[in-house]
Amino acid sequence: MSDSNTKAEKEPMFSAKVLKLLKNPLNLENPITVQVLGICSALAVTVQMKPAIVMALSVTIVTAFSNLIISSLRNTIPSRIRIIVQLVVVAALVIIVDQLLKAYVYDVSKKLSVFVGLIITNCILMGRLEAYAMGNKPWPSFVDGIGNGLGYGLILVLVAFFRELLGSGKIYGMKVIPQALYDSGYMDNGLMILPPMALITIGIIIWVQRSKTTELQED
Amino acid sequence: MEHSNKYIFIYSVIMVVVVAVSLTIVAVQLKPAQEDNIRIEKMQNILASVNISTAEVQKKQVIDVYNKYIVSAEAVNIKGDVVESDQAKVFAIDMGSEIKKPIEDQRLPLFKATLDNGDIALIIPLRGKGLWGPVWGYISLKTDYNTVVGTIFDHKAETPGLGAEINQDWFTAPFKGKTLFSENGTFTSIQIVKGGAADDDPHGVDAISGGTITSKGVEKMIYDNLLSYQEYFKKMNNQ
Repeated sequence: MSDSNTKAEKEPMFSAKVLKLLKNPLNLENPITVQVLGICSALAVTVQMKPAIVMALSVTIVTAFSNLIISSLRNTIPSRIRIIVQLVVVAALVIIVDQLLKAYVYDVSKKLSVFVGLIITNCILMGRLEAYAMGNKPWPSFVDGIGNGLGYGLILVLVAFFRELLGSGKIYGMKVIPQALYDSGYMDNGLMILPPMALITIGIIIWVQRSKTTELQED
Repeated sequence: MEHSNKYIFIYSVIMVVVVAVSLTIVAVQLKPAQEDNIRIEKMQNILASVNISTAEVQKKQVIDVYNKYIVSAEAVNIKGDVVESDQAKVFAIDMGSEIKKPIEDQRLPLFKATLDNGDIALIIPLRGKGLWGPVWGYISLKTDYNTVVGTIFDHKAETPGLGAEINQDWFTAPFKGKTLFSENGTFTSIQIVKGGAADDDPHGVDAISGGTITSKGVEKMIYDNLLSYQEYFKKMNNQ
């Protein structure tokens, strides 16, 4: 996205502030590694890269559009039922995504099974709606949703990469570890396929991230 | 901002109606595509049970491959009489609801495939219980109604890495060439042996370590389902 000057507005579409909304969740405010949200699905759908990528895209679409819708409605939503309104919007979007997956990528949808439905309870969504969309304009909210979805997806794909490579010797379903290595005694690590190793992989990612990023280090 | 109760009430009603209408539209629009997926998956499973892989085939062409190999289908009852011979109707039989009926009312589907080498194989759908939910599959037999050509299994919710392995090749491959009847003609089905079957066992295959209940479930599924076809097998053998 580099068409920053295509629309004439008071504030440019991709001002520094808006770009920050896109970049921050990738590192400094990452939903998984820094805010520790959405861990459940990160453990469950990261055995292979393909479902992880589909899950990442689904969450990105749902966060972006629920942020957009809630932000557009934010001045009309009665504050006493705002959580219900947010849930209804998120649930409707998740059902639509689930139906689309069932219609167009059936095999992936079978692998993701209940986890698409569980996007509804993903804390990232409600967190962004409450913390951002309820108090900001639609466009920055939309970007914020994309940013957080991508931040979530980045970790998901990273974890899935290591789990698929070490657990089944494949990347995106293609064999990458040569047969010669297996013949000389190498074995896939079966433990990588099980959820505990996903948690440990995320732990290692958090460790690497904190040691590289001074802003995240606590005294 | 504080809103009146009336406002909140109207707001909720409008919201619910808008969401309901849009979800209905989406569901109706996507239904044909979703049903196609389920049908195509069933075709792929039936083909896989006679060792024809459709993994590399485009989705739309699966139907052509299916029509090429699967020549006929019929449903019999427990007495071995044919009760349904329309291929489309047999294909539509849902095993999940069929096994809930009393045994004498059940329609027992079977599909006939002509393989590349000219052999005829008989494909029988299976349905049973695993550890956490239903397991199902297909088993194909030679026309001696005894030798297994191939199998395929799948499951709803078996434990990943353990019971879930029933849909893997290493589990299904050893079924090939096993026989259902002992030498004196008694129905022994196929045993899934904990600790591993002997290499020369004509009726046994290896179970899954850590997946005992799923293995037992698959064994019982094969036994129960094939038992219903005994009268049909006898009739066919006498012809």
